[in-house]
Amino acid sequence: MSNEIETFQDPGEAVHAPRAADVDPRAEKRAEQQVAALFGLSALGSLLLIYSYIWIPTDIFIFIPVMGDQNAHQLFLGLGMAMSLFFLGMAAILWAKKLMSDTEVVNHRHEFRSSNEDREEFVKTVKDGVAGVQLGRRKLIKASLAASMGLFALPPVLLLRDLGPLPGKELEKTSWKAGTRLVTDPGNRPILASDLEVGSVVQTLPAVAEGTERLLSDIAKDPVLLIRLRPEEFNLTPEKLAMTHDGIIAFSKICSHMGCAVALYEQQTKHLLCPCHQSTFDVTRGAKVIFGPAARPLPQLDITVDTEGYLVARAPFDQAVGPSFWERNSQ
Amino acid sequence: MTTVEKRLGAAANFVDERLGAAGWMKKSLNKVFPDHWTFMFGEICMYSFVILLLSGTFLTLWFDPSQRDVIYEGVYEPLKGIKMSAAYASTLDISFEVRGGLLMRQIHHWAANIFMAAIVAHLLRVFFTGAFRKPREFNWILGIVLLTLGLVEGLLGYSLPDDLLSGTGLRITSAIVQAIPVVGTYISFFLFGGAFPGVGFLPRIFTIHILLLPGLFLAVITIHVMLVWYQKHTQFPGPGRTEKNVVGHPILPVYMAKAGGFFFIVFGVTAFLSAVASINPIWLYGPYTPGQISAGSQPDWYMGWLDGLVRMAPPLETHAFGHTVSWNILIPALIVPGIVFTGMAFYPFIESWITGDKREHHLLDRPRNVPNRTALGVMSITFVLISLINGGNDIFATQFDLSINQIMWFSRISIFILPPIAFVVTKRLCLSLQRADRDLVLHGMETGRLVRMPSGEFAEVHEPISPQKRFILTSHEQAPALELPATDARGVRRPGALKNKLRIRLSKAHAVAVPKVSAQDLKEIEHH
Ligand code: HEM
Ligand code: FES
Repeated sequence: MSNEIETFQDPGEAVHAPRAADVDPRAEKRAEQQVAALFGLSALGSLLLIYSYIWIPTDIFIFIPVMGDQNAHQLFLGLGMAMSLFFLGMAAILWAKKLMSDTEVVNHRHEFRSSNEDREEFVKTVKDGVAGVQLGRRKLIKASLAASMGLFALPPVLLLRDLGPLPGKELEKTSWKAGTRLVTDPGNRPILASDLEVGSVVQTLPAVAEGTERLLSDIAKDPVLLIRLRPEEFNLTPEKLAMTHDGIIAFSKICSHMGCAVALYEQQTKHLLCPCHQSTFDVTRGAKVIFGPAARPLPQLDITVDTEGYLVARAPFDQAVGPSFWERNSQ
Repeated sequence: MTTVEKRLGAAANFVDERLGAAGWMKKSLNKVFPDHWTFMFGEICMYSFVILLLSGTFLTLWFDPSQRDVIYEGVYEPLKGIKMSAAYASTLDISFEVRGGLLMRQIHHWAANIFMAAIVAHLLRVFFTGAFRKPREFNWILGIVLLTLGLVEGLLGYSLPDDLLSGTGLRITSAIVQAIPVVGTYISFFLFGGAFPGVGFLPRIFTIHILLLPGLFLAVITIHVMLVWYQKHTQFPGPGRTEKNVVGHPILPVYMAKAGGFFFIVFGVTAFLSAVASINPIWLYGPYTPGQISAGSQPDWYMGWLDGLVRMAPPLETHAFGHTVSWNILIPALIVPGIVFTGMAFYPFIESWITGDKREHHLLDRPRNVPNRTALGVMSITFVLISLINGGNDIFATQFDLSINQIMWFSRISIFILPPIAFVVTKRLCLSLQRADRDLVLHGMETGRLVRMPSGEFAEVHEPISPQKRFILTSHEQAPALELPATDARGVRRPGALKNKLRIRLSKAHAVAVPKVSAQDLKEIEHH
């Protein structure tokens, strides 16, 4: 099966058939009119756009089947623009197809490789140039050049240093401290343990002093979900059980996978589900991962009640919340 | 001479006396461009990029890339009085108070999707027809660069409005950066200006989105197009077309008119979509806050396959020596895409290593005539499609009444099984198409007319195909597999014997073909 078999001769292109407009003056006239009509439609589109921009109020909605309620201003503005552009293009193409010359032309190709003489001359030029620099003989210059180039690479990197603070222990800390009250989010109300019904879920944040603004970077770490089950529904180690209060268990709401808010709670199965990649955590077993890409349970917050019966943290989180990172010291 | 001609002549003279441009321009204007509908994909990329430049510049006139808190006081009732970033508020203003603003936002977003779709279609066309072969490897690599930049540019773009959906995307981006061993946490803090979501991110990605990357795009696209110009376009095989010529329409006037017209058509279609189909209605999502999320969070489709890979990753993390390595993030978000993109970039060189073919190629392949490459392409598409489906597993689950677990397990298993199956099936399909070509040349076309033979049987009349058609079906090359003896003339094992063995195997697989018809074959048949 070599390539040397007798191949078919190139028959050349089939005879080029003339188009209607090439031979029939009436067809030519018609084509011309069609092109003109398309340019006309394009102009109409521009007028529609101008009309819509100036005269259609922005707060009128019209009902269009299939599409529902549409803002009339935006709809007609867009349709006008679409018309003016689309028909302009159609006109140009029809013109090219029907009326401009349609004979194909043949160009020749050359090989890209340069001629041997050119190549040799090039190599010689480069060699001569390099030799002129005399790096081989100037050892001192060579060494100092290398050193200065090496150092030269550092400033551009260094100059970016102030883009942000160093991480330090930042990712391991949250605002939770021993005794911090859990308050509802939204609402900022402290929560009486006795007010939580079995089966309910509450999103909470750590209480802050009146009038202080929360930073977004805190809201990215602090949210905690409170869930109340019947105490006998838990299937926890004694240490984890000790971190609950009267059937109320608290988990970080920030997914241990990539940090989305774990927002969905299924009452019946008692599963928490993260909408980002569907990691599923079993509340009864300490938010153990039962499905999806997350590799760690949601960190559990140790809670109790204060003297007034409001839920508080007994201790800060015992580990970093949210997605993993290199420095995370996980058991 | 008319006055117009005189004026033009004077202008041309003025320029030419200073730049000597006439010689070069004459040559360039004589360039011819071959025609084929698949050659339009590259054009759509270019046109939608221009649309992105125009609509994006319009948006910059009102968009405020700031994370500063403001209280919304605009016309959109449901969000009145709510605290949000200035970026989000200004996007609401563009949508509701700047006339034409919403249209421009939608044009920008639709154009971004069309841009990426056209890049992918263009890439597939170039791949399946072998247009990436020597001398066009540089342009292939530049194309991969554009694809990669496009992914980043798109991600940064839909992060700018700072709505709940885009913030979630950034949260995930920061987690991916954090997962990089040793330096990840530092990079993340530097990028965001502190712990997520930081204080400096929006203005930074704004600069990157509207200045740095568009500049890079412009430079790379320019080089890309200039190379096409200089190396001349490839063409499909056919009568009158050889490796030494280009057959097509000259740039003036036909190609110019068609290309120019096509730009307006692409723009018009984008405008039409944006007039009637809403995209990214950020007012429905609300402002970003890290403690909340909208269910069914979906990135744009070109990022969806990566999201799907992340979703199907196994829950693996290594904890050792006080450090954590998140394989569940690193593998799907960095390692696999890294391999895919590097492999794509190097493919032209890999293929020429396999075939040992170092010649220039200007005639395109019909995909069926290179079964191995075609099969590899379909295999890769299958891989990406499964990832993409899994990226929308929550949507599919609700649409088709399946459970997410079912789709996830389907994806986890089929991502390993289906691509190889796709490879085998495609290869067979290519070979049977080759066989069909062979039959067509040998026996002509079925006409559907029956005649009664003298013996009383019925037979269908076959009509011979035209010489042009016959030439198309038989002009391709069927190169034999490489032969690399494992030992040299004296029987000594050659260095790199193992590598050679692999090469020979791949080369054999690559050369599998149904022998094409030669002129002799046809003569013999005609004698019978
Ligand atoms: C290949 C190039 C580009 C891609 C893929 C792209 C993609 C995007 C996307 C998907 C969005 C989100 C739009 C939305 O739904 O709100 C966006 C926003 C934006 N883009 Fe681009 N873009 C590109 C080039 C540009 C250029 C060249 C400029 C300016 C010169 C620009 C300026 C903007 C601005 C100001 C926004 C935010 C405004 C808003 O979202 O309403 N973009 N971009
Ligand atoms: S962020 Fe929760 S599953 Fe990925």
